[in-house]
Amino acid sequence: MSAALQQHAALDPRDRGGPAQPLLAVSGLRKHFPIRGGLLNRQVATVQAVDDVSFSVAKGETLGVVGESGCGKSTTARLLMQLMRPDAGSIVFDGDEVGAQDGIGVQDLRRQMQMVFQDSYSSLNPRLAMVDSIAYAPRMHGLPARQATQRAEELLMQVGLNPALFARRYPHELSGGQRQRVNIARALALEPRLVILDEAVSALDKSVEAQVLNLLAELKARLNLTYLFISHDLNVVEYISDRVLVMYLGRVVEAGPVEQIYGRPRHPYTRALLASKPTLDPDRRTTVLPLAGDPPNPINPPSGCRFRTRCPYAQPRCAEVVPPLGPPMDALSGAGGGHIVACIVPEAQAGTEIRHVA
Amino acid sequence: MSDIANPDALAALVSGQAAMPAQPATGYWSAVWRRLRRDPVTILVTLVMLAIVLMAVFAPWLTSYDPYAGSVLRRLKPIGTPGHWLGTDETGRDLWTRLAYGARLSLLAGIAPVLAALMVGGLLGVVAGFMGGLVGTLIMRTMDVFYAFPSILLAIAICGLLGNGLTNSMIALSVVFIPPMVRIAETVTTQTRHLDFVEAARASGTTTLQIIRHHVLSNVLGPILVYATSLISLSIILSAGLSFLGLGVTPPEPEWGLMLNSLRQAIYVQPYVAALPGLMIFITSMCFNLMSDGFRSAMDVRLSK
Amino acid sequence: MLVFTGRRLLQAVPILLGVSLVIFGLVHIAPGNPIDMLMPPEASPEVIAQMKAAYGFDRPLHMQYLLWLGRALTGDFGVSVFNSAPVLGQLLTALGNTLVLALLAALLGFSLGIALGLVAALNHGRWPDKVLSAVATTGVSLPHYWFAIVLVLTFAVFRDWLPAQGMGDDSLPLWQRLDHVVLPVVTLSLIPMGVIGRLVRATVLEILGQEFVGALTAKGLTRGPVLRHIIKNAAPPVLALMGLQFGYLLGGSILIETVFNWPGTGNLLNLAIFRRDIPVLQATILVLASFFVLLNLLVDIAQAAIDPRIRR
Repeated sequence: MSAALQQHAALDPRDRGGPAQPLLAVSGLRKHFPIRGGLLNRQVATVQAVDDVSFSVAKGETLGVVGESGCGKSTTARLLMQLMRPDAGSIVFDGDEVGAQDGIGVQDLRRQMQMVFQDSYSSLNPRLAMVDSIAYAPRMHGLPARQATQRAEELLMQVGLNPALFARRYPHELSGGQRQRVNIARALALEPRLVILDEAVSALDKSVEAQVLNLLAELKARLNLTYLFISHDLNVVEYISDRVLVMYLGRVVEAGPVEQIYGRPRHPYTRALLASKPTLDPDRRTTVLPLAGDPPNPINPPSGCRFRTRCPYAQPRCAEVVPPLGPPMDALSGAGGGHIVACIVPEAQAGTEIRHVA
Repeated sequence: MSDIANPDALAALVSGQAAMPAQPATGYWSAVWRRLRRDPVTILVTLVMLAIVLMAVFAPWLTSYDPYAGSVLRRLKPIGTPGHWLGTDETGRDLWTRLAYGARLSLLAGIAPVLAALMVGGLLGVVAGFMGGLVGTLIMRTMDVFYAFPSILLAIAICGLLGNGLTNSMIALSVVFIPPMVRIAETVTTQTRHLDFVEAARASGTTTLQIIRHHVLSNVLGPILVYATSLISLSIILSAGLSFLGLGVTPPEPEWGLMLNSLRQAIYVQPYVAALPGLMIFITSMCFNLMSDGFRSAMDVRLSK
Repeated sequence: MLVFTGRRLLQAVPILLGVSLVIFGLVHIAPGNPIDMLMPPEASPEVIAQMKAAYGFDRPLHMQYLLWLGRALTGDFGVSVFNSAPVLGQLLTALGNTLVLALLAALLGFSLGIALGLVAALNHGRWPDKVLSAVATTGVSLPHYWFAIVLVLTFAVFRDWLPAQGMGDDSLPLWQRLDHVVLPVVTLSLIPMGVIGRLVRATVLEILGQEFVGALTAKGLTRGPVLRHIIKNAAPPVLALMGLQFGYLLGGSILIETVFNWPGTGNLLNLAIFRRDIPVLQATILVLASFFVLLNLLVDIAQAAIDPRIRR
């Protein structure tokens, strides 16, 4: 657990369950999209975008979510924000279930949880000046116009943009990095406790990306934030995250502290993903085979373990059972700091050299 | 957010700002205006348009004749007749007077249907685009039915069945223009609805009505306004056409289409005089067309990037 | 492709039903009872009741609709209340006459429009482009009924080159009376020419700006094959507009037919309106609108055949 947790969690007056209670706990989240076609537009197939996803985010930590495109990362983010209605599953925010009778309402949730999108341009209304975009949400929540504008200008400064220069500008007059700073300011305008960053730095140049990442780290410490950081970029996730969640075709395949996931990955998919990560260090070059081909079609995912069609360790029983998430087989009970993996083949977890059978 | 005001933190953050270029901030509409000013054709047709509108408004001051009173003695005088510089019509009424007064009804009958369609069609389109689902499908399929008529045929069918007259002709043309307006508004709304900034607004707890008012309308308004201005040209031609057929404005009101029709019998006697009302329709529709083109290119956001 | 065609056909059915409903509804929204307007004011109530029964106007509205629709589907549009002749016969004659104008005007307008658009696009920004664009804009801004009068003035009043009105002597075959066709066809072709010309210019310019055309030229292909590529890519939108314009020519020629006194559907419609001849009116509008729907259907299918991306 991060140091930030002990330091700040108690300071927030909105805190309910204390530092031990997860800020966000998701269980059994599911979203399937129907595909229609044919003569009468009947439902012909289902895309299993998110299937039985469970995880939790501790107060003050940054949870990184990685996976290839189409693995359900962004759908998960939209489900959490209640931008889509999940088919099943529960979302519990600081002890209160979202949408439940005695739980937290969607409106209240949205004050405490905010999101930054990948496309910095389309996430800003082209007809609104920056200061108005930021002030918009507080005004909708009843803050008088003058105060909202004042807060927006303060937020611009917070994210490193001089209000005198940027307040009255329009989205097309800003660079991608500047726009994403505005988007962060906009997300912070309601003083949320949890911020979901959905590929928030992925579209930026490397040098700009580093600046924005530093800004995020700074804001987190200063404002006592918790991040859910979604990205396909493994280096960025390693840099910013406390814990990492690996997704494959709508399911969680492995989760744990960042050192554990990057240092000793147990799932063959995680290992393959890390092997494909570009590195300049010759000592860290791995011998693991990189992933071949594209992920299978999420419309008709493989039975049992969804990774088995690309897994070098796949065995017949991988097709029969959905592997449950559990502690690694070689770990002593209680050790591992919450590392969990969904794989039933011991050799696969250990990463034993594969004997190529002809 | 107490530490926002922390001056040291601010100074540290803002210092990274010095490298950024200091441009004057410009808005969308001032950019549009700047581009418009550099387009002589658009300025010219806008001025001509303005002259026609002024002619309609100040018609009583521009002539000493009564638009309804004619004289058998002065029937069908040629262009250039002393006292009647544009000649007289088949009942001896001064043609310049009739043309000037005629601008009133012709502009009204042409523009009012477009405005009505803009409001009704825009509203339906935004609702269909935003709600989608059953309501959206219902609206769009109903519009498809009206799309199945060629526009003139639909206008004539409605006018012919409801009976002639200015009001019915305006109703008929409004019905004709609503479906395309709905389609455009629906398309833009659907596109806008899926943009991240609308999602972001929803994510910060903005209600649907507020999103439509603040985010969707401001983005839908541009395209449908541009489309509406391009429709005015067609609308003026069609409304004059309905009157030309005897389905619109009724005699003895001065209206260009009706005047063209009644002067048609006189083309062998005074051909130039007979062609004048049509020339007015042509000039007006041309001006609206070119004006719409000019505004369209000036309002193209992509150019401003 | 087959699925696409089938689905489009199915989609046309409710639209056609809606069209028939609109036409039927309009007649009944119209002020006054259709029968009352037909009868002389001194007609006795018994005679009126008798007439109502004869035309089926005494039944409930939905029955009237179904009856009318059922008969219309078999080609029975009743008899004209003006001259008691079967509507179908008059309609077919008029349709034939309108079709002559529409086909010739389409041929002229489309070929001129395509040529105009191509020349303008290939000379982008130079004087031919500017002149031709001005011509095209004029073409779409022109009140064509006025232009018809101007043409009559020029070629029939000032010079006695062409006849001003009508179809000429019925006893002669059409190809001997082509002089009657010239002015209406030229007038009608003006709008399609302008509209098609503008679209061709815009589409070709867009394609020329795309990278693959540059790549083709870079590969050393001559103008001929590059042009073929452009035509293949520009065809679907242009084709769609052509279908639409042909529909307008068929259903929207009423003004021109009135000016030239051409005995087509437009003229029939005009007469029917002023005679309050409801059966003729309903039948003409229904047939013209159905033509338009089917035409759009054909265009959709043709487009999908050319461009597989549309087939979804």
